[in-house]
Amino acid sequence: MPQIFHHSTNALAKLTIYGAVFILVALLWIAVELNRSSWNTGQWVERQQPVQFSHKHHVGDDGIDCRYCHTSVETAASAGLPATTTCMNCHKQIWADSSYLEPVRESFRTGKPIEWIRVHDLPDFAYFNHSIHVNKGVGCSTCHGQVDQMPIAYQASTLQMEWCLGCHRNPENFVRPKEKVFDMQFRQENKTNDEIAEGRSLVTKYHIQPPNVLTSCSTCHR
Amino acid sequence: MADEPHNLGPLHHSTAPVVAPGLTFASVTDKISSIVLKRKTPLWWFLGFALSFILFQLLLLTITKLVFEGIGLWGVNVPVAWGMDILNFVWWIGIGHAGTLISAILLLLRQKWRTSINRFAEAMTLFAVAQAGMYPIMHLGRPWLAYWLFPYPNTMGIWPQFRSPLMWDVFAVSTYATVSAMFWFVGLIPDFATLRDRARSKPFQLLYGLLAMGWRGSARHWHRYEMAYLLLAGLATPLVLSVHTIVSFDFAVGIIPGWHATIFPPYFVAGAIYAGFAMVLLLTIPLRKLYGLESFITMRHMHNMAKVMLATGLIVGYGYVMEAFFGWYSGNHYERFMIWNRMHGPYSGYYWALILCNIITPQFLWIKKLRSNLLVLWLLSLVVSIGMWLERFVIVVTSLHRDFLPSSWGMYQPSTWDWTMFIGTIGFFFTLLFLFIRFLPMISIFEMRTILPDAEVEE
Repeated sequence: MPQIFHHSTNALAKLTIYGAVFILVALLWIAVELNRSSWNTGQWVERQQPVQFSHKHHVGDDGIDCRYCHTSVETAASAGLPATTTCMNCHKQIWADSSYLEPVRESFRTGKPIEWIRVHDLPDFAYFNHSIHVNKGVGCSTCHGQVDQMPIAYQASTLQMEWCLGCHRNPENFVRPKEKVFDMQFRQENKTNDEIAEGRSLVTKYHIQPPNVLTSCSTCHR
Repeated sequence: MADEPHNLGPLHHSTAPVVAPGLTFASVTDKISSIVLKRKTPLWWFLGFALSFILFQLLLLTITKLVFEGIGLWGVNVPVAWGMDILNFVWWIGIGHAGTLISAILLLLRQKWRTSINRFAEAMTLFAVAQAGMYPIMHLGRPWLAYWLFPYPNTMGIWPQFRSPLMWDVFAVSTYATVSAMFWFVGLIPDFATLRDRARSKPFQLLYGLLAMGWRGSARHWHRYEMAYLLLAGLATPLVLSVHTIVSFDFAVGIIPGWHATIFPPYFVAGAIYAGFAMVLLLTIPLRKLYGLESFITMRHMHNMAKVMLATGLIVGYGYVMEAFFGWYSGNHYERFMIWNRMHGPYSGYYWALILCNIITPQFLWIKKLRSNLLVLWLLSLVVSIGMWLERFVIVVTSLHRDFLPSSWGMYQPSTWDWTMFIGTIGFFFTLLFLFIRFLPMISIFEMRTILPDAEVEE
């Protein structure tokens, strides 16, 4: 009886069996990497806005406080976006003729708000409240990065659940004194033993709930 | 071809040979492989396959509709949130257990009679598990996220709930499916080689050749093969007990009256084997007749399977009695009401039908004359299969529809789509089964050869 397969198929068969293990592991690894990559999360991706607005200029160079524009950050779930009139407070005097600012003036004339593109967009099934975080010593830059150095704002974190839980499980690694919350230069994370010890005392001082409460499903999924 | 003695009556069934006398190595191989390779595909095969395939389309239709509309399509709702989907899951997975018992436990116990039916029963196991697995996945509501059930390094930073029996189910059933598939495939390798060597057309030579994985039948091959097969049998043996034990935990770990009972694991395992053997009988009796396999699957097999069915049926019956007894003996208000409600409540018809099907009917198996009548045996198996379905209905529905708070009481009515899903899985099961009997040897050729008188070695 003639052979159906050439004898080299023996080697091929062994190769495929062992190869399958590596291919499966590699595929799994690729899937995991892609899932955490900025391609999937949108982290680091700069968002072009209808107006060429630079946080670097306004916050870094001019020293305007976050709350001047994001007025409701201490009292509401949403930090809030400024009305066009807030822009015009200054820009009726400064750069009043700049062509870059024409969309702002047009908005002011017509009363139609500027349609800013949201940079940090949490999924709708996650409940998030800015005020509780800001009032318990979570700094702006901890989540949003050093905005004073961003000519164009980008999403500074992955916004994936493991990222949220990183702080909810160990708040002492991130919490800072309340008066430093809006300080862009303050450290974003407590790394040394002393910093973490300070974080721990702040957790007690600010009555931050223990991890079993902070990581309960219904804390964020209501 | 060897003679095929049809009259096996005078032989006592326990001393009767496992296979009919007169078979030789060559005739065994010829007869089984010819079903796949030579014989013309009979008309009933086409009819049966077509019918199964049509019913299978019902399943695809239901699943498509379910994905788009959500599980509200089914009749499940509070308080009966586990309706037909979970009871059918338990029903199908139970059926699979006979295959594993026959292939693994009976192999380790050196029960030679298992050889004629193990391949078929294992295939049945695999196909039944495939049906069973679909139900909980579809019940998730978002079945495309079913992989969330597995503990893998995910971006949510959490593990699945390991304390939930539903999580244990994932491991139990996926292990069961994997080990069963491996056991089945490894068992098929020498037979694939036989088919490869006998196939005439090139595509089939290639197909069976690939599946045979270079099997040449050398002494070294056989040595390793036997070792691997025995190891897999060892792995599969605890699964016979563990899988349905864990399935029973889905209920027993809950606090619902009628579920929270320590008797559940053994009683579920016995029920699974009971239902499984009923299904094996239900399928082998017609198949053996249609393909003329009476010399391989003899009356001894039928008697043995009937006896296993009777024994497990008695255990299941004991389970029912104990359930009722403990309901009363607990003195617990809710447990007592649950038992009373089962017997006299709105679903009492199901309960008494279940008692009739699962306790009363199998008592006929004591009588040898009835056991020897294949039509009677087939009908009894059918009744038991229905009875085991009713058992799951009673457990799932009657416990849920009347729980602690009368304000949350309700009724359960399976929707049309519940039925199309169930009928669809039956169609899928038979579609796979028809393909199996057409393209693979339904009886293990090489193992059959080892139990022939010719194979006996005199020292």
